[in-house]
Amino acid sequence: MGRGARKRDDDSGTEVGEGTDEWTQSKATVRPPDQLDLTDAELKEEFTRILTANNPHAPQNIVRYSFKEGTYKPIGFVNQMAVHFSQVGNLIPKDSDEGRRQHYRDELAAGSLESVKAVLSDAEILEEDEEPKEVEMEAGSQTELPPAEVAETVIEEELMTPKQPKERKLTNQFNFSDRASQTLNHPVRDRECQMEPPPRTNFSATANQWEIYDAYVEELKKQEKTKEKEKTKTPVAKKTGKMAMRKLTSMESQSDDITKVSQAAKIVERMVNQNTYDDVAQDFKYYEDAADEYRDQEGTLLPLWKFQNDKAKRLAVTALCWNPKYNDLFAVGHGSYDFMKQSRGMLLLYSLKNPSFPEYIFSSESGIMCLDIHVDHPYLVAVGHYDGNVAIYNLKKPQAQPSFRSSPKSGKHTDPVWQVKWQKDDMDHNLNFFSVSSDGRIVSWTLVKSELVHTDVIKLKVEGSTTDVPEGLQLHTVGCGTAFDFHKEIDYMFLVGTEEGKIYKCSKSYSSQFLDTYDAHNMAVDAVTWNPYHTKVFMSCSSDWTVKIWDHTIKTPMFIYDLNSAVGDVAWAPYSSTVFAAVTTDGKVHVFDLAINKYEAICNQPVVARKKTKITHVEFNPIYPIIIVGDDRGHITCLKLSPNLRKMPKEKKGQEVQKGPAVEIAKLDKLLNLVREVKIKT
Amino acid sequence: MTEVEETLKRIQSHKGVIGTMVVNAEGIPIRTTLDNSTTVQYAGLLHQLTIKAKSTIRDIDPQNDLTFLRIRSKKHEIMVAPDKEYLLIVIQNPCE
Repeated sequence: MGRGARKRDDDSGTEVGEGTDEWTQSKATVRPPDQLDLTDAELKEEFTRILTANNPHAPQNIVRYSFKEGTYKPIGFVNQMAVHFSQVGNLIPKDSDEGRRQHYRDELAAGSLESVKAVLSDAEILEEDEEPKEVEMEAGSQTELPPAEVAETVIEEELMTPKQPKERKLTNQFNFSDRASQTLNHPVRDRECQMEPPPRTNFSATANQWEIYDAYVEELKKQEKTKEKEKTKTPVAKKTGKMAMRKLTSMESQSDDITKVSQAAKIVERMVNQNTYDDVAQDFKYYEDAADEYRDQEGTLLPLWKFQNDKAKRLAVTALCWNPKYNDLFAVGHGSYDFMKQSRGMLLLYSLKNPSFPEYIFSSESGIMCLDIHVDHPYLVAVGHYDGNVAIYNLKKPQAQPSFRSSPKSGKHTDPVWQVKWQKDDMDHNLNFFSVSSDGRIVSWTLVKSELVHTDVIKLKVEGSTTDVPEGLQLHTVGCGTAFDFHKEIDYMFLVGTEEGKIYKCSKSYSSQFLDTYDAHNMAVDAVTWNPYHTKVFMSCSSDWTVKIWDHTIKTPMFIYDLNSAVGDVAWAPYSSTVFAAVTTDGKVHVFDLAINKYEAICNQPVVARKKTKITHVEFNPIYPIIIVGDDRGHITCLKLSPNLRKMPKEKKGQEVQKGPAVEIAKLDKLLNLVREVKIKT
Repeated sequence: MTEVEETLKRIQSHKGVIGTMVVNAEGIPIRTTLDNSTTVQYAGLLHQLTIKAKSTIRDIDPQNDLTFLRIRSKKHEIMVAPDKEYLLIVIQNPCE
């Protein structure tokens, strides 16, 4: 068949060439040599051609191996499809997923809401138009279709209209390719520059309550300063008072580095001393001799501290006085009782807190015989010298010299001043003190405008000495005053003891006459003191070994005590009207309590180390149960009184213990009455 | 010699005192009787302690102030007295 077809093709080829005569003329049919020679009859034979759907190229005898039968079997049906041309296109159907997605994307991008609306309205119109048409056409039963068709048309419309406004380029999803180009990156280089760092210091501070307080206080001070400057120019005295331990204030004018530590140094010195004398300090505070319970009315004196200074080594203690304001401070006057060996004098002030070194040291040319500290101004110390001068030292000022001094011009005594005592300020508020001396004068010194002005109060006269002397040649022998004491309440009254052994009761207002005279002793009266409670009672002691207690209304003494040795000093106890202490030259301290034992001392104790030392003075501390005792070697010993020596009246059951001067007075009165009765009887 | 110098001298010669030193407000020792290393050590440590103690006291009551500080140890006692600008430290062996 195929051959026949070919032949026909050739023939047809020649038949076609009608119009191309040129072709046929030149071209002659060439018979191939292997062509079949056919007869005409064979040539006119008709062959039928059938057009079938069979693929002439498809194989007709495909065999496949059948595992079931184990042979090759021909396949019955062979695929007759012949693919002439295939091309992969990029059209996607609208209804497919991808198509819908693209359509949706296009709609969004175009922003085709309005157009949609328009479309919708059109669609509605269309719908309306079409619906009636459709309804006419198909009566009712196929109402579903028309809406669907309408919907399709609507959709078509929708599809149509959005395409119109949008004109942007669509990225070709299939042939889209990124192109990038990179410029040359320059190499990065770091550039730095550094300055010199500023100098740094560490600063730290705390914001505490007290820092804030300090700031406020400083601010206040500044304000006050400016105010002061506006008003007057008053020197501001710096007060560094921390605790009550600190003594009198001092003006800080030094700018030297090390001197600013003075305060701290003082405190540390006391601490160091406290450590060294710790047991003593403990004893002082807390020790009470338990053995007193068994001792039955006897008491003892416990030695505490010993004060001594090298500079005052060879000087005797001539005066002792406790400071009225600071209870641990006491003043010691050094001098000499020896007529032949007179040298310099010293005034030392010790504190119990520092037994090794005095707080204040003053030196004088002449021996100090007596001293007294002012009650209201505890920084003023009045001092009487052996050469008859009196002086006032001001502890507030750091001078080594006394602030005020008497001189021969200003009426100093011509003999040693044996006692000085501060008095109340006079009418013009001037400071005023009295002094008594062996020259027989009792002088009142007043501090008027920084000068000492003296006034002779009394001249002591010895009575009954003018005998066998005609008038005109009457020698007024002057009595030598050795001690005096002022009455606590009756201001103008005072007692003077003399070298002759007499005691005169005098008044400040009467300068020539004595109020009374007592024949007290056989030798010089060393001390006279009024009883701190009982206004009538006073006591005197003398080198004639006796201590006598008097009632100033009665000429004879109430009590007499013989102590076997010259009595240097007596002192009443500040806590009881019946207790007093006496010191003798044999180094013993005698403590008496009249309420317990009227005739004997309840304590009789040698206090000084060496037997040859004489005790010269004794003083009770106004607050603490201690006494200080000074001797002629310049040592001061502090002793604690045991409980027996400080006995208070026992409280009766149910009654309250009355404390106070009234009780003391009553106590003493009782005793005195006993004595008086006895006297009256005898 | 000034009074303060005398006082310091007395303290140093007192019974049982091992050493004394004066330290300024920054903890730098100004004056000492001990060797350098010990001094520096004491100064630094005690300075801080004093500040702390002072702060404690004043925190409780700003009107109060530290007067001195005593530290007693087995071997000896260290006493510190602060001043406005200086600190005085004394080491003593309390005789018992």
